[in-house]
Amino acid sequence: MKPEQGFSLREAKAGAAVVEMRGITKRFPGVVANDRIDFEVRAGEVHALLGENGAGKTTLMNVLYGLYQPDEGEIFVHGQKAALKSPRDAIGLGIGMVHQHFMLIPPLTVTENVILGLRSSKEPFLDTNQAEKRIADLSKRYGLKVDPQAQIWQLSVGEQQRVEIIKALYRGADILILDEPTSVLTPPEVRELFVVLQRMAEEGKAVIFITHKLHEVMSVSHRVTVLRDGKAVSTVETGKTDEKELARMMVGREVLFRLTKKPVPKGDIVLQVEDLETLSDRGLPALKCLSFSVRQGEILGIAGVAGNGQKELAEVITGLRKATQGRVIIGGREMTDRSPGEIIEQGVSYIPEERLEVGLIMDFSVAENTILETRRRPPFSDGWFLPSSKTWFLNPQAIKRHAEDLISDYDVKTPSKDVPVKQLSGGNLQRLILARELSRQPKLLIAAQPTRGLDVGATEYIHSRLIKQRERGTAILLISEDLDEVLSLGDRIAVMYEGEIVGIVSGEEAEVEEIGLMMAGAKRMNMESQCSGGAK
Amino acid sequence: METILSQAFMISLLSATLRLATPIIFAALGEIFTERSGILNLGVEGIMLMGAFAGFWGAYETGNLWLGVLLGMVVGGLMGLLMGFMSVTLRVDQVISGMGIYFLGLGLSSFLYRIAFGIRTVPPTIEGFGETPLPLLSRIPILGPILFRQGIPVYAAMVLVPLSVILLYRTTLGLKIRAAGENPRAADTLGVNVFLVRYLCVILGGVLVGLGGVVLSTAHLKMFWENMTIGRGFIAVAIVYFGKWHPYRTFAGALLFGGAYALQLWFQALGAPVPHQLLLMLPYILTIAVLAMVARGAKGPAALGTPYKRGEA
Amino acid sequence: MKFLRLKLEEQPTPSVPMRVLAPILAVAMALAVSIALIVLAGASPLVAYASLFKGAFGSVASLAETIAKATPLMLVGLGITISFRCRVWNIGGEGQLIMGAIIATWMGIALGRMPALLLLPSIVALGFVAGALWGAMAGVLKAKLEVNEVIVTIMMNYVAIYGLNYLVRGPLRDPTIAGGFPQSPRIAPSAELPRLISATRLHAGVLIALLGAILVYVFLFRTPLGYEVRAVGANPRAACYGGISVMRSIVLAMSLSGGLAGIAGVGEICGLHYRLLDGISTGYGYTGIVVALLGKLHPFGVILAALFFGAMVVGMEAMQRTIGTPFALVLAIEGLVVLFMLSGEVLTRYRIRRV
Repeated sequence: MKPEQGFSLREAKAGAAVVEMRGITKRFPGVVANDRIDFEVRAGEVHALLGENGAGKTTLMNVLYGLYQPDEGEIFVHGQKAALKSPRDAIGLGIGMVHQHFMLIPPLTVTENVILGLRSSKEPFLDTNQAEKRIADLSKRYGLKVDPQAQIWQLSVGEQQRVEIIKALYRGADILILDEPTSVLTPPEVRELFVVLQRMAEEGKAVIFITHKLHEVMSVSHRVTVLRDGKAVSTVETGKTDEKELARMMVGREVLFRLTKKPVPKGDIVLQVEDLETLSDRGLPALKCLSFSVRQGEILGIAGVAGNGQKELAEVITGLRKATQGRVIIGGREMTDRSPGEIIEQGVSYIPEERLEVGLIMDFSVAENTILETRRRPPFSDGWFLPSSKTWFLNPQAIKRHAEDLISDYDVKTPSKDVPVKQLSGGNLQRLILARELSRQPKLLIAAQPTRGLDVGATEYIHSRLIKQRERGTAILLISEDLDEVLSLGDRIAVMYEGEIVGIVSGEEAEVEEIGLMMAGAKRMNMESQCSGGAK
Repeated sequence: METILSQAFMISLLSATLRLATPIIFAALGEIFTERSGILNLGVEGIMLMGAFAGFWGAYETGNLWLGVLLGMVVGGLMGLLMGFMSVTLRVDQVISGMGIYFLGLGLSSFLYRIAFGIRTVPPTIEGFGETPLPLLSRIPILGPILFRQGIPVYAAMVLVPLSVILLYRTTLGLKIRAAGENPRAADTLGVNVFLVRYLCVILGGVLVGLGGVVLSTAHLKMFWENMTIGRGFIAVAIVYFGKWHPYRTFAGALLFGGAYALQLWFQALGAPVPHQLLLMLPYILTIAVLAMVARGAKGPAALGTPYKRGEA
Repeated sequence: MKFLRLKLEEQPTPSVPMRVLAPILAVAMALAVSIALIVLAGASPLVAYASLFKGAFGSVASLAETIAKATPLMLVGLGITISFRCRVWNIGGEGQLIMGAIIATWMGIALGRMPALLLLPSIVALGFVAGALWGAMAGVLKAKLEVNEVIVTIMMNYVAIYGLNYLVRGPLRDPTIAGGFPQSPRIAPSAELPRLISATRLHAGVLIALLGAILVYVFLFRTPLGYEVRAVGANPRAACYGGISVMRSIVLAMSLSGGLAGIAGVGEICGLHYRLLDGISTGYGYTGIVVALLGKLHPFGVILAALFFGAMVVGMEAMQRTIGTPFALVLAIEGLVVLFMLSGEVLTRYRIRRV
């Protein structure tokens, strides 16, 4: 993506350093998240903290915000040594943080969320009137429109983020940390945010901006610090570098942006979705009149910013959520609103977005996890209480063999097949899930955010396995917020926006610009199937 | 049969409803605070029993009713502290630790009672809280006798309900409590000491539950015996669900149960042909029915029952 | 703990010695506290515990009594193991046991003419069914309506207790007893579980319990249904994703759990008392929970824990008889064991490190 137009070339400010972190080291069991990091931020600048997932950016900022205590190192704020034992201390020193996952309380109002934890002028009673006035002031000054009396659950994601920023400003923050703020915004909202950040920098505030997106760094920051594997690689002026150099610093090597795919003959339609509609957990429409199909040997990539119905789509297809209208047809059979068990029987495999919460049972052993869907099938058992079955029991030898095969085929690093799965690292957990799902030789594979949070090596491995599966004739529905992933893997790419498919293009012809516009809702293609409007 | 529907009967029934509901009101209010902050305390029954014993024993030994009340509050608070330690600091499973506190309270209260009073043919009693009719107010027709010719505990309960609403919704502390129960991580990032808030609530909860027990032994029954609460603590927890964690609705729920108890006593007194055990079952079956009706919708504080740990990704 | 230059560092898996030690330590701590309570009661702890040991282990008769008292605990504990493994908190052991006891009594009286070989297994089977139905009701409410099973099962305990109360004073009362003492007529001899050691109260129910332990072990760890029950307890979302019917597992767990408690009730009637009385269940439903927890939710651990608590119960009864320490102390100890067990589990997750 090209840098946003409209910003003048920024020069790194020569202002005073308001935050200095020296030699910060933070360890967690099994990993060194921050390794002797030096980091400083000056007043009046937007300083980007760039790195891949797991590089240690959020950890470093959590240390600055007092959520974690560093094992080694010192922090200086406004030149004074600071002991940040809790967010309270950080807030007291003028540090505010907008987290990636909003720290808001849905049933409470905007005002209540903003004043939480603060002394009121009418202690012990709340003074919401005065608070509302101040919020309106800040709102106007920085262009953060929000209704103080609305309850959080009623707000859009963009509005919620504005509440988060107001929370920090309300407490007099002059150092603002934003953790991946654009991951939940549409492109127009991103532009608005950048204007806000620009204004803050002009007012002399220091803004720290955590991201893994290169184009954002180029668009809005004055300086950028690159982290890799817990270490600080370097700090450069944004105006004096470019995306390729930053990418190299981030990853440590040249990044391959496209995978080579063999052309594969497309077979019959395996998954057909017709006029599908459903509601989100909040009761609002999540899918509206959705239709598409996936063929054997094809990868259909679903692109889109998180929160546009992707989660609900995967859940409806796999039977974890009921549809309110429309049909799901798998292998020619009507599979709408069937149970997950029945859908699995049709040869469907699912790599869920939430690996730890949904895809695996943490307390069970590796071996036990491998039979999660297949526990009732031969050779693991012969069903259950039916008179025709030969056995009511699980076959330990078969389970053992299966587990060992999977572990070696998919290179899952584990001390043994009997250890509880929670001992494995993130990448290996994903390999295990992949192994289990692919070993069933599925007709249809749904993969949701399959490489989120994984390092480059694990990501490449998973991509290569997906491509191999495609060559075997499996129909693959790839749902991913990572546009690069969708672009490199998808034979066709569909864009989801607000529960609808706003465009489907072929993988070769896809243009990033066009897709970006569709993701932002700024463009729609003419789709053939209009909603029939009838009931199921 | 005419007497059943007479005005005197209704007044007497409603008055008894309020009076019998009072211990449950205290316990339920206490549990509202605890659960609003995110802790599920199922040991309410055990705390209530300890409060009942402590209140009775204190009043009996010192001859001073209020010292008994104070002792009951302290004992309840201490047990709340124990629950807090298990739930907030050790972060153990709250359902099981609640059961542990239930067993402990049940056993300890019976044990201490036996040691203190031994086995007597005539169990010890105290005078306890009698009726304290409010001047003028108790003369109001119909409402007067129901609301204002009660004992002090009933008045205290009636005052505590609106006080709880004010505390929860109009104070900074109340805001912190609600935040800690919905999203402790968010509250933590704003400098709210979630641990302190939860401890405070579970101790306050324990004090109120203990008071509920005190009321039972010093106002109602004016004596103590083993397991005298027979499930009222659990009923209080159910009522909190029913009342959707709001003091006013919970108060209404408690009245419902007070009514069930009152009806039961009345049928017995009238010599109705129903076996009294079946009447005794009424509050319990009612609880199940109430839970079945309400449970689907009741979501409660989002973080209820989940221990909070800093630094979870 | 900074001032001690030590800190608690979390470990992903508990160290094996700690895991075995934790239940033992928990019991030791609870007994230590109980010593303080015994002193408070004005007795000497040494004398108290001596009489406890003597009461529980002092003679063949005492040992038999201990095992006899442990039998219902084994059965209830096994049932609770199944339900807790599914994260379904069955606190209704009391009521489910009573239901089994009621059925056993009725059948033992009404069908007394059937031969023992036919009658006894039928009673066990129907006792299981009675307890299972009582438990299934709570299970269905939880599965379909998300109703809190703790409260429902406890409420059903009280319903069962009052029901029992009514039956032994009404329809099932023995008319031949003078003074209207609330108990049922004696069951027929063909409904009696044979005594294993004559002149003691040790009955064949313990064999049923031991068999039950093996069956529960096989069920939980060697069958797909047992796998499903455990999976639902460990991670219901993942279980659902894997095609497991969470609702069915919950109802199954509660039914099996209730059924086993029902068999415990059968054992109490057909093996011990031979008639229905008030207080046929003296807290077995609750003690069974502690037994299951102490046995770390494993069938063989449950057997051991049940024997321990059987000894406690018999010993405490002896203590009350000889030195007058109130029996209610057992319940307090149970509470302490639970709390110490929970605390112990926390400690096994941590390691002490020098800073």
